[in-house]
Amino acid sequence: MSGRAFLDSDVVHAFRQSPAAIASAFVALVLILSGVLAPWLAPHDPTDLATLSLLDSFKPPWPAAKAEWVNLFGTDSQGRDMLSAIMYGMRVSLLVGFCSVAIAVTLGILIGLTAGYLGGAPDTILMRIADVQLTFPAILTALMINGIAGAALPRTMRDSMQVPVIILSIGISLWPGIARTVRGSTLVERDKEYVLAARVIGATSWRIMLRHVLPNVLGPVLVLATLGLGLAVLTEATLSFLGVGLPPTRPSLGTLIRYGNDFLFSGQWWVTIFPGITLVLMVLSINLLGDWLRDALNPRLR
Amino acid sequence: MTPLLDVRDLIVDFPTRRGVLRAIDRVSFDIAPGEVLGFVGESGAGKSLTGAAIVGLLTWPGRIAGGSVHLTGERIDTLRPDRMRRIRGRRIGTIFQDPLTTLNPLLRIGHQLTETMLTHLDLTATEARRRAVVWLERVGIPDAPRRIESWPHEFSGGQRQRVVIALALCAEPDLVIADEPTTALDVSVQAQIITLLKTLTRENGTAVMLITHDMGVIAETADRVAVMYAGRIAEIGPVAAVIRHPAHPYTDGLMGSIPTVKHKAERLRQIDGSMPRLDAIPAGCAFHPRCARAFDRCLIDRPGLLAAGATQAACWLHAPEAPHG
Amino acid sequence: MFAFAASRLLQAIPVLLTVGLISFALFAFVGDPVTILLGQDHTEAQRLEMVHRLGLDQPFFIQFAYYIWAALHGEFGISYRLAQPVSRLIAERLPATLELASAASILAIAIGVPMGVYTGIHRERWSSRLFMAVSLIGVSLPAFLVGILLILLFAVSLEWLPSFGRGTVVPLTSWWTTGFATWSGVRALILPAVTLGLFQMTLILRLVRAEMLEVLRTDYIRFARARGLTDRSIHFGHALKNTLVPVITIIGLQFGGLVAFSLVTETVFQWPGMGLLLVQSVAVADIPVMSACLLLIALVFLTINLIVDLLYFVVDPRLRASRDP
Repeated sequence: MSGRAFLDSDVVHAFRQSPAAIASAFVALVLILSGVLAPWLAPHDPTDLATLSLLDSFKPPWPAAKAEWVNLFGTDSQGRDMLSAIMYGMRVSLLVGFCSVAIAVTLGILIGLTAGYLGGAPDTILMRIADVQLTFPAILTALMINGIAGAALPRTMRDSMQVPVIILSIGISLWPGIARTVRGSTLVERDKEYVLAARVIGATSWRIMLRHVLPNVLGPVLVLATLGLGLAVLTEATLSFLGVGLPPTRPSLGTLIRYGNDFLFSGQWWVTIFPGITLVLMVLSINLLGDWLRDALNPRLR
Repeated sequence: MTPLLDVRDLIVDFPTRRGVLRAIDRVSFDIAPGEVLGFVGESGAGKSLTGAAIVGLLTWPGRIAGGSVHLTGERIDTLRPDRMRRIRGRRIGTIFQDPLTTLNPLLRIGHQLTETMLTHLDLTATEARRRAVVWLERVGIPDAPRRIESWPHEFSGGQRQRVVIALALCAEPDLVIADEPTTALDVSVQAQIITLLKTLTRENGTAVMLITHDMGVIAETADRVAVMYAGRIAEIGPVAAVIRHPAHPYTDGLMGSIPTVKHKAERLRQIDGSMPRLDAIPAGCAFHPRCARAFDRCLIDRPGLLAAGATQAACWLHAPEAPHG
Repeated sequence: MFAFAASRLLQAIPVLLTVGLISFALFAFVGDPVTILLGQDHTEAQRLEMVHRLGLDQPFFIQFAYYIWAALHGEFGISYRLAQPVSRLIAERLPATLELASAASILAIAIGVPMGVYTGIHRERWSSRLFMAVSLIGVSLPAFLVGILLILLFAVSLEWLPSFGRGTVVPLTSWWTTGFATWSGVRALILPAVTLGLFQMTLILRLVRAEMLEVLRTDYIRFARARGLTDRSIHFGHALKNTLVPVITIIGLQFGGLVAFSLVTETVFQWPGMGLLLVQSVAVADIPVMSACLLLIALVFLTINLIVDLLYFVVDPRLRASRDP
C-alpha cells in the first residue's frame, strides 16, 4: 500500500458502500465537533462558577415533571447543566486522546525505524521491551507511569502537571503496536536496492528510509492510531474514574462519571449515566471506524 | 439381484451469489456387492463430490438437488441426519486423501479405533480393544498391542494411511469410498497401500468406490471404471474394455496420455484445451469444444449413456443413426 | 517435563531481577522517603539517623541486595499512607482479590466455553446471533460502566444485591478471611464477579467460537463424521480438545486484563482488595506499596505463564514428544 493509495477512490468507494462505516463516522464526527466547539455551542459554561445556582441542582433530564428543556440532560449537584458539562468533558477527553496518540505515533515510528534499521542488539532489546509491555494492558502501564510521575514531581507542581502527565503516560502505554508495524516495514525496505545504492554513494540512508518507509506504513499506522484514539479515551476515562486521572478543575467524561457515581443511590442517575453513554458512543464509533478502516485498507484480512 | 449401491440421476448444486453452480449433473451408476468400481477424471470433474454426496457429507453450501441414492434397496439420500450417521462408518466407510490431516492429533490411535467400533457395533470395551489390536495387525502395523497406545504423530505417512484404512473398515461396512487414498503418499508406499486395500476388501467382501486420477491404479485394482468429465459420467464399463477400446473420445484421450511399455518411442498424446469451469459448461456435450470428432448434434443435445461395445459412453458417435468414422 | 519446567523457572529469574531493580529504583530514588517519613519539620540529626536506618547511605548494589533479601522474606517497607508494614497490608488484601478473581474466572470459563461451543456449532441459529450481539456489547462496554449499570439495576432499583464491600467474612487463618462461608459474603461477591468476569467471558466465548469454526472444517473432523461418530462425540470429544491450546494461551495472556479490570472493579464496588490498595497508593504516591505490587504482579504473571506452558503439555501430545526426550 503506497502513501497515496489509502486516500484513493477505492477506500472512498468502500466507505460509501458500508452503512456501518458511514453511521460510525457520522456519530464520531458529531461527538468530536460538539466537543471541540463546546465553548461556542454549549448552552452554559460549566467552568463559570458565577452563573451556577444551587437552586438549579439535580434537575432531572427532560421530559421529566420538574424539568426544563433547557437542561436536556438535567443538572448536577451544583446546578451545572449536564449537557454543557458533557460537551466540555468530551473536549478534555479528546484533547488527552489526540495528544497521547500523537506521542504514541511519534514514539512508535522513531523506535520502529531505529529497531528495524539498526537490527542486532538494539532491535532485540527494543522489541523485547515492546513484547513485555504488550502483555500488560495499557491501563496498568499508564497507571504505573502516572504514579511514578506523581511521586517524582514536587507536591506543588502535581496539579498543574496532571494533564501532561496523563497524556505522556497514555502515550507511552500505546507505542509498542505502532513500533512493531513500522519495524516490520523497515526490515522489508532496508534490504531493497535503493537503500543499498544510497549507502554505497554515501548518502545518509536514514533520511531515505524515512522517506520510503513512511508512505508504506501510513495505512497501518492510521488504523492503529484510530483504534489507539479509542483506547486512549477509554484509558483516560478509566484513570479519571479511578481518581488518578485529571483533576476536578478540568473534568473529563471519566471525572464526570466518577462524581456522578456518588449520587447513584440518591436517585440522580442521570449525572453518571449520560456521560457514560456519551463515552460508550464515542469509543464504540471510533473503534468501529478503526475496524472498518483496517478491513478497507487490507482486503486480505478477514 | 439388487445392487449394493444404486445412484440414479444424482445432481449436486452449489448455490452462490452469482447463481447456482451445478457440480454434479445427472450421474447414474451402481455397484454390486464386493465389486470395485473405479472413478477417474481430472481434478474438479466431480469424483470426490459424488463420494461426499453419497455419504451425505457435502460441504456447505453444496446440496443434493436431484436424483436418488439407494443402499441395498433403501433410499438413503433423504434420511434424517441421525439415521444417515448410523450408515456412515457402519454401512459405508470412507478413506480420505491425506493421512497426515485425517487423524485427530490429540487422540490415541486405540481410542479412535475403539470409539468407532463402540459407536456402531454391540461390543464390550474389552472386546473392542482386542479387535482394535487385531485390526492394527491386519493393516500391517508391527507391534500392534503396544502401538495402540501411540499418538498419530508417532506414525509415518504410510503407516497413518494404514491406520485410516483400519478405521474405515473396523465397523465392517459393505462399501468403502476411497477418495484418492494414495495421492498424498510417497510413490514407494503407494503400491503397498493399494495392495493392502485390495486384500482386505476382498477378504471381507467389501465393495469399493475407488476415486483416483491414476489410470494405472484403476487398471490393476478395479473391476469396472467410470470416467468423469465436467460433473458427468463420460464412459462406464469393464476396466479392460475401457482401456483397450475406449468408446468416448475423452477416454480415448486419457488413455493416450498414459505411457505404456509397448509404445515407448511414441510421444504421449495430450488433449488440447482444459475442462470448462462450472459456470461455463457448454451446451450439448460438455466435451465438444475439445473433441476432434464433434459434429452438429454434439453442440445442441446432451448425450445420455449409450451402449458402445462392452462399455457405455455418453457420446453421440454411438447413437444408431450417428455418422461413423 | 520436569526439565522443561525447571528451565522455564531459571529463565524467569532474570526477568524477576529486572522487575526487582525497577521496583527498587522506584523505592529508593523516587520522591524523598526521608521527608515523607519524618514530615517537613525535622533536624539534620534526625535526617541522618533516618538515612542510616533506611540504609540509604549504603552503595547502590548493597541497597539493592538488602531490598531483594528483604523482599524474599516478605518485607517491603512501611506504607507512607497507612504507616503499616506493606507486607501486612498485602496479606490483608490478598484474599479478597484472589476470591474475586477466581470467582470471576470460573464464571467466565464456565459460561464462556459452553456458549462458544454452542455458537460455533449452531452458528446459523438466532440464539447464536443473539449471544454474539450481546458479547459485542460486553467487549465494548468499559468495565466501570458495567459495574455502575449493574449497581443501578440490581442494587439501587431492584435492591436485590449489595453494591459495596465483602459482606460478612469469616477468618480462616490469622490473615485469610473468606467471603464464601456466609450468605452475605456470597451475595456481595456476585456483582463484582460478574463485572470482572464479563469481559473475559465474552473474550473466551468469541475465541472458542472462532476456534470451533476453524476446527470443524478440518479433515479429521470430516473423517470423524465419515465414521458416523455421534455429534456429541465429535463436538466435545474431538473438536473441543483441539480448540483448547489457543484458548489456554489467551486466557493466560488475559491475566494482565484481569489485573487491570480488578483495579476498576474493586474501585467501583469498594472491594477491599489489592486493586483498591494499588489505586489508593498511586493517588497519593505511596511508593513502597507500588513497588511491592509491581513485584507481586510480575511474580504472579510468571507463575501463570509457567502454568500455561505446562498445560500445553497436558493437552498436546506432540509437544510432549518434541520437548521431552
